[in-house]
Amino acid sequence: METNCEDRVKELLRRALPPVDTGAEPARDLWPLLLKRLDARPAAPAWFDWALIAGLLALAALFPTAIPVFLYYL
Amino acid sequence: MNVLDLFRQGDPDAFETIFRLHQRAVYTWILRIVRNHAEAEDLTVETFWRIYSARARFDPGRGFGPWARRIATHTALDWLRAQRPAAELPADYAAPFAADPGIRAEIRQKTAQAFARLPARLRVAAILAVVEEQPHREIAEALGISVAAVKVRVFRALRLMRKDLERQGITPWKQTVKTA
Repeated sequence: METNCEDRVKELLRRALPPVDTGAEPARDLWPLLLKRLDARPAAPAWFDWALIAGLLALAALFPTAIPVFLYYL
Repeated sequence: MNVLDLFRQGDPDAFETIFRLHQRAVYTWILRIVRNHAEAEDLTVETFWRIYSARARFDPGRGFGPWARRIATHTALDWLRAQRPAAELPADYAAPFAADPGIRAEIRQKTAQAFARLPARLRVAAILAVVEEQPHREIAEALGISVAAVKVRVFRALRLMRKDLERQGITPWKQTVKTA
């Protein structure tokens, strides 16, 4: 029964989502897009990210006992 | 020095040669998983960007194809995980690939929805093994897991789908829709 059900689900899946055409090709030249992607510089962290990190480090230095509490809420 | 060694050293011409050689295979593999041409194109670019970034870890002795397929699989998997749950499944999910007209549209749609509601890692294993009929060994290599683990994922996917279809009023072994 279990195998029969499994086979039926397989059959339904194959009928609902037929295999893709293996001869499919990208509709556009992807090389220029890849070059653009390779040239893109990673985004620099915003100033407020640095401010947040500095604030957290200051908090940890001034109130070391707050570290476990902070970690708990992460 | 062959093209793969040059690629490892960051030679752009060698990378372009490899890209031109393998882009179609990578694209088709991703298309099998994501089933959307435009997304497959973008993910192919992302895959080759990851490939280039990881070129120092490439082992020429193990072949470029399987390595690229593995990176492509994880790129596609990341994309699937980032998608919204299947409750918002697009109506044309199966349409681009000419679904079998022999089953009712309702059953087809509900089956596609049940499939799309599966966890991404189960979906990838199921679509590659059941729909695309790729060898288990190839799927295992692409996912970085054992053949036995692939079989377990496929089994779990089918079981979850069966339960989902039953909840929707479809009993797969009878292929009928229950009426209230």
